[in-house]
Amino acid sequence: MEEFLQQLTNGLAVGGIYALIALGYTMVYGVLKLINFAHGDLFTYGAYLGLTLLTSLALTDRLGFALGVLVLVLMVMGLVAVLGAILERAAYRPLRESPRLSAVVSALGASIFLQNTLMLIYGARFQVYPDDVLPHTTLDLFGFYIPLMRVLIVLASVLMMIALYLFIQKTRIGAAIRAAAIDQGAARLMGIDVNRVILLVFLLGPALGGVAGLMVGLYYGQINFTMGWVYGMKAFTAAILGGIGNIPGAMVGGLLLGVIEAMGAAYLSIAWKDAIAFFVLILILIVRPTGLLGERVADKI
Amino acid sequence: MNRIDGWIAGLCAALLLVAPLLLNAYWVDVLNSVGLYALLALGLNLILGEAGLFNMGHAAFYAMGAYTAAILNTRYQIPILWTLPLSGLVAGLFALAVARPVVHLRGDYLLIVTIGVGEIVRIALVNDVFGITGGANGIFGISRPNFFGFIIRQPQQFFYLIWGFVALTIFLLLRLKQSRFGRALNYLREDAVAAEGSGINTAYYKLAAFGLGAFWAGMAGCLFAAKMTIISPESFSFWESVMLFMIVILGGAGSIPGVLLAAFLVIGLPELFREFSSARMLVFGLVMMVMMVVRPQGLLPARGRRFG
Repeated sequence: MEEFLQQLTNGLAVGGIYALIALGYTMVYGVLKLINFAHGDLFTYGAYLGLTLLTSLALTDRLGFALGVLVLVLMVMGLVAVLGAILERAAYRPLRESPRLSAVVSALGASIFLQNTLMLIYGARFQVYPDDVLPHTTLDLFGFYIPLMRVLIVLASVLMMIALYLFIQKTRIGAAIRAAAIDQGAARLMGIDVNRVILLVFLLGPALGGVAGLMVGLYYGQINFTMGWVYGMKAFTAAILGGIGNIPGAMVGGLLLGVIEAMGAAYLSIAWKDAIAFFVLILILIVRPTGLLGERVADKI
Repeated sequence: MNRIDGWIAGLCAALLLVAPLLLNAYWVDVLNSVGLYALLALGLNLILGEAGLFNMGHAAFYAMGAYTAAILNTRYQIPILWTLPLSGLVAGLFALAVARPVVHLRGDYLLIVTIGVGEIVRIALVNDVFGITGGANGIFGISRPNFFGFIIRQPQQFFYLIWGFVALTIFLLLRLKQSRFGRALNYLREDAVAAEGSGINTAYYKLAAFGLGAFWAGMAGCLFAAKMTIISPESFSFWESVMLFMIVILGGAGSIPGVLLAAFLVIGLPELFREFSSARMLVFGLVMMVMMVVRPQGLLPARGRRFG
């Protein structure tokens, strides 16, 4: 029971991180029908920017842990969002009318470019988050000891997801995003500036992805410039699991995938941990390509 | 093929034929790598270029072939060149089995699935699946190819083996392109629904393209194992698949000269700039982005078919 609960909470924390990244994929896919391969790398930028800001500004020393981390989160969100917007401008906007393959290749190119920029700046080795700035408290929840960081990550990711959901469902801008995802042409006729919607999506998605990167840094303590693609692929799996283009789907898919992976690693085989997500991906595309909550995707020919 | 093309092709072939006599072992080895990638990319070109199926797991088929050859050679002492057809067969059958349930998926979904397959294969190899792949260390001690009593060991000798195989591949692919089969694949790429409407069994042709492309990747894997004598999972990573994908797209999907040219540029050119080796992937990424804006059809795009 003890191990089960540990794995469950661990799975939820990792799943929350997947879900935050998956939201970026799913929103971009919803509006542009493009797999933003560089999204995973924006997530890595979040982790590296977080590390640099944390160590160079000594935020937690000056402002205390809670406020320091909050400021850090906001700074990372802002910076990665700007990167996302630049990416959209440079790599995707010129290809808006091109065939899909061109955009896919450009996205891959952007991914390789971003990854290697990081490598040239920080070097190829693993970077370590400072051990002393973060509290190592474990919470006593009804007799189970769970690290504080894990609880915070679950809470923060769920909070952000709820905020995003309300934003998409309840505001005018959110309605514009939903409209553009359903039919760009019709949305344009209704007076929606689709370019602004796309820009917004490329601000929101990377902001969440950047925070997810920061969370990975804080949770595991070490980061690498190539980690974006593994997390990206898993988050994309999560998005498909929930139904691509579907925002609640990405949240459910992310949490579910995190738990499946944690359980699989604990009870089946740790060596196959990284393959579990891909098995889930292939299985879901064969059995239910629309995802758990999603739209129809596969053309049956 | 008009007269100028013929002259250019002949000139390139002649240059390649004498290249090992003029270059040192290092550069011949670079050309051997180019040849292997050209083989792999030509196989992928059949899937991605001719049939328009987004396959980004080509390294998985490559790995299947290389491991089949290595296992048969080191465990059962079968001469490595004899395993060539079998390596292709295993890779091809594996591709058919994997592609069968997913081949109907829309373009980028297929892309993601094939990435997933590639990763699963790599992880399986690292985990020493069935206890025969040697885990993360891979398999070593693969014997040199023995060509009717003549043992191939120098890069110069491998050069002729590999490029001879490339030449054979090009000949066969040119024939295939002209055939009913090749036309069906192109029709499929341009408009799958119309192809189906014209009586082309799309599922059959898609699978055939996958199987054939993977068959070639498997044989390239066998040659790779023979050349290296050591293989390990890291040779078959995701980036290998990305690289091959890039070669086909940058060269021009469906264009054999384009794919060959791109294999030279992508594999050979970085060797010229070794001092900037850490920045070369960065340049790659940039080139991919710029190419898609400036010249999305590739360097030497495929020409339309002419009849009569």
